[in-house]
This record gives sequence, structure tokens and C-alpha cells, in this order.
Amino acid sequence: MQDVTANIIELRGVSFSQGDRVIFDGIDMDIPRGQITAIMGPSGTGKTTLMRLITGQIKPDAGTILVDGENISTLARSDLYRVRRKMGMLFQSGALFTDRTVYENVAFPLREHTNFTETMIRDLVLMKLQAVGLRGARDMLPSELSGGMTRRAALARTIALDPEMVIYDEPFAGQDPIGMGVLLQLIKLLNNALGLTSVVVSHDIHETASIADKLYVLSQGKVIGVGAADELMDSGSPMVSQFMKGEPDGPLPFDYPAHDYFDDLLGGAAL
Amino acid sequence: MITRLRIIGKSGLDWLSVCGRAGVFLAHSLCGVPNLRKGMPLLIKQLYALGVLSLPIIVVSGLFIGMVMSLQGYSILVDYGSEQAVGQMVSLSLVRELGPVVAALLFAGRAGSSLTAEIGLMKATEQITSLEMLGVDPLRYVMAPRLLAGFIALPILTMIFNVVGIWGGSLVAVDWLGVYDGSFWANMQAATDFKIDVLNGLVKSIAFAFVVTWIAVFQGHDLTPTSEGIGRATTKTVVYSSLAVLGLDFILTAVMFGDF
Repeated sequence: MQDVTANIIELRGVSFSQGDRVIFDGIDMDIPRGQITAIMGPSGTGKTTLMRLITGQIKPDAGTILVDGENISTLARSDLYRVRRKMGMLFQSGALFTDRTVYENVAFPLREHTNFTETMIRDLVLMKLQAVGLRGARDMLPSELSGGMTRRAALARTIALDPEMVIYDEPFAGQDPIGMGVLLQLIKLLNNALGLTSVVVSHDIHETASIADKLYVLSQGKVIGVGAADELMDSGSPMVSQFMKGEPDGPLPFDYPAHDYFDDLLGGAAL
Repeated sequence: MITRLRIIGKSGLDWLSVCGRAGVFLAHSLCGVPNLRKGMPLLIKQLYALGVLSLPIIVVSGLFIGMVMSLQGYSILVDYGSEQAVGQMVSLSLVRELGPVVAALLFAGRAGSSLTAEIGLMKATEQITSLEMLGVDPLRYVMAPRLLAGFIALPILTMIFNVVGIWGGSLVAVDWLGVYDGSFWANMQAATDFKIDVLNGLVKSIAFAFVVTWIAVFQGHDLTPTSEGIGRATTKTVVYSSLAVLGLDFILTAVMFGDF
């Protein structure tokens, strides 16, 4: 039996830069198995880049990323694909295959990776679609679905192969309150019922904090806060408290770094 | 001066790195044991999209080109009383040159651009990344069937183009202008050699199929996934593959028919 307290993902001293811009500067992170971990931070702090690092789409400049004990950045192509089958990822856009119906989208990973008979695939697909409440929409094309339905259909496809871990990329962005509530409930339910590990990348503080067991707050390439939601809310750190309370200005500047405003305006006249 | 040198050097290096990526891309897409059970349906779907759906433009263009050549040839040859030679003129120019080249140019415009745009949009809507995340290699699943379908479809389209073109030529020369059909077909048969003309034309079309499809699929795979990136890559596909076809045609013609 696996050690339930072990971390499914461990980042140690991970640095990454794009061009001259340093995105991560030696961050450490532990994502515990079987829990919901949220990764939060203002826009542009590299949350999506972090997901791409964890899933091995890009390699870090320094540091190690262990996924289920394997260093993902040194794996060969075929091993990388093997490890990725343990992970599911829900994209912000859903990323459903637009030329296939909802049913075919959910059946796709099963057809690719298993030798199940058509009847078994049908049963599994209907079970997954029932879990997200879209059994009745199985014959629809992705273009016919609403935003919330697209995300739920994509979630059904993500869990089709029963991954050990699901990564949600901004699952609440652009959802109406009902859609958001449905997704929150689904993430919690799936995590508990299927024994998944969930990683939610989001900046919707209240929604995410209501389901997450552990939160990481990233800013300017570093982890500035880690802990349970109430711990962070009462955090003494001004940066964390600015983010958690949603204050427009503070240690995390509203303005993108620029030259002095007046110099810029006056200098512009000389051009 | 130094800046200019640097710019030239940089674009040279960029070009080399694109060539390298294109080579690695092709090798990763096509090397390995094919999975017939899963691969066949994908290949057939692409053969339909690239081959069957390109048939109308190929057939109509072939017909008109054959008819125009026949008309032009007749108007010159009739002055020398040798209008029976129209048949060989049409068949030789179609089979050796016009068939492979024009079919490849049409294919680049019709199928190549749609390949680039389709793959580009799949990339922009994260479908390619989601394949990777589902543990399916997009190079084998998306790129390989498209590459193979292009390699197979264009030579067949070229042969169809030639046949329809010759038929169009005979329509004009024999049925309209009244060239004696016995000498039209007999001259054509006597002048057209299977090995030298037909096979060499086929070799050309295989080479063009390889180049055009490779450029189209690679441009789709390598583009920046934004709307202007897709637009730029689609244009590049048509421009690069047309230039490649015409340049390669000269080289192949020199090798095949150049020893006098």
C-alpha cells in the first residue's frame, strides 16, 4: 500500500526564466497526496508556467521536479508519456476535440490506452458523464455546449482513465455563479470519492479557499505564503494579506515596473 | 556594418535552426512501428480530406489545361500541316512537366494551407497540449497520418490530372478541331515512353508530395498559436511550397532529361 502521507509532487529549488525575465527563482513546493492543493497568485506570476513544468512540457533551468518519485525533467519521451497518464489536466478552454461528440471525447483516452470492448467503454463513458451531469449531452458537439458544460465535459474526459492526480487550470474563470458552484462541488466530490490528488490553479480566492486543504501563494517568482486558508488570511505578511484581501495596491504593485512617470511624460515631448 | 553582419548571421542561424527542427519533427513523426489498427482509420480520414476533397479542383484544372494546350498547339502546328502531333505535344508536356508541377501547386493551395491552418488552430485551442496530457503523442496521432496522406494523395492526384488533361486535349483536337483520331492517339503512344516520361513524371510528383506536405504540416506544428501567427504560417506554407516545387522541378528535370 502506498504511503498516504507522501507528497505526489515535490519541487526543490526550481528556477525558470524566459528570455531575460526570471519567472521562478528557486521555489520549493510539496503537493500532498489525496488532498486539494491550491496554487494562487496575481496574474502573470507564472501559474500556468508552473503547471507546464509539473507536467513536463517545459524543463526548469535549475532544480528538480519529482512527480510520484520520478524526476520529470530528465525522463525520456516514452517515460514522460507513461508518467502523464497518472495525471489529468483540465484546461481553461476545455480543449475538447472539436470534430468529435462529447461521448467520443470522453471515450478517446480509453480507446487509446486500453483494449476494453465497446460495451465496457460505453459503460465507463456513461459513468463519467453521469458524474459531471452530462449523460444527456453525449451526442452534442463541443461547439453546441455552453462554457460551463464544456468544462464539465472536459473534466469527464480528464478523469476517464482514473488518474491519480488532476490539475485544474483556472477552473472558475468566466463561470456564472451556478457553474462555479457546480465545479466547486465536483472538484471536492471527485477528490474525496475517487481518492484523487487535486491541484487547483486559480486566483478566485474565496472559492478556492473554501475547498483547498493547502494553499500556496506565489508572487514575483517566489512562494510568499503557504498553509491552510485561515492561516493565510491571518498571515502577518503584508504581501499575502494584500492578495488574500484583494487590495488594489500594496507591497504587490499595481503598476508594471516603469520609469518615473513625470520624466516619461516630459521626455516624450522631446521625441 | 557589424550590425548588418549580425543581422545576416542571426537570420542564417534562425534558418538553420528551423531546418533542424523540421528534420527532427519529421523523424519523430514517422520513425517507429506503426499501429495499423489505430492508425488506419486516421490515415483514411486524412486521405479523404486531402485527396478526395481535392479532386474537383484537380479534375477541372486538368481538363482546362489539356484543352488550352491542345488549342494552342493546334494553332501553331496547323501552319506546318502537322496537327496530328498535337497528341504527343499534349501528353509529353502534361506527363513530364505540367501535371506534376501544376497539381503540386494546386495541392499546396488547396490542401497545404488547410493543413497548416487546421493544425495551427488545434494548437491555439490547446488540443495538441491536451493530447500530450492524455498521454498520446501528437506527432504520431495528428502529424503522422497527415504527412502520410499527403505523400500518398498527391502522386495519385497528379496521375488523375494527367489523364483528364489528355482527355481534354483530345476533346478539343479530335472532337472540335477535327484532327484525325487515329493519328492523334497513335502519335501520342509512339512518342510517350513509359519509363522516361511517365515514371519520371511520377517520381517528380512523389518528390513534390513529400516537400509540400512536409512544409505544410511543419508550419502548422511550428507556428505561434495566435490569429496572426496562423495567418502568417498559412501564407508561408503556400509561398515556400510553391517556390520549393518550382525550384525542385528544375533540378529534377535537369537530372532526368538533361543529358543530351
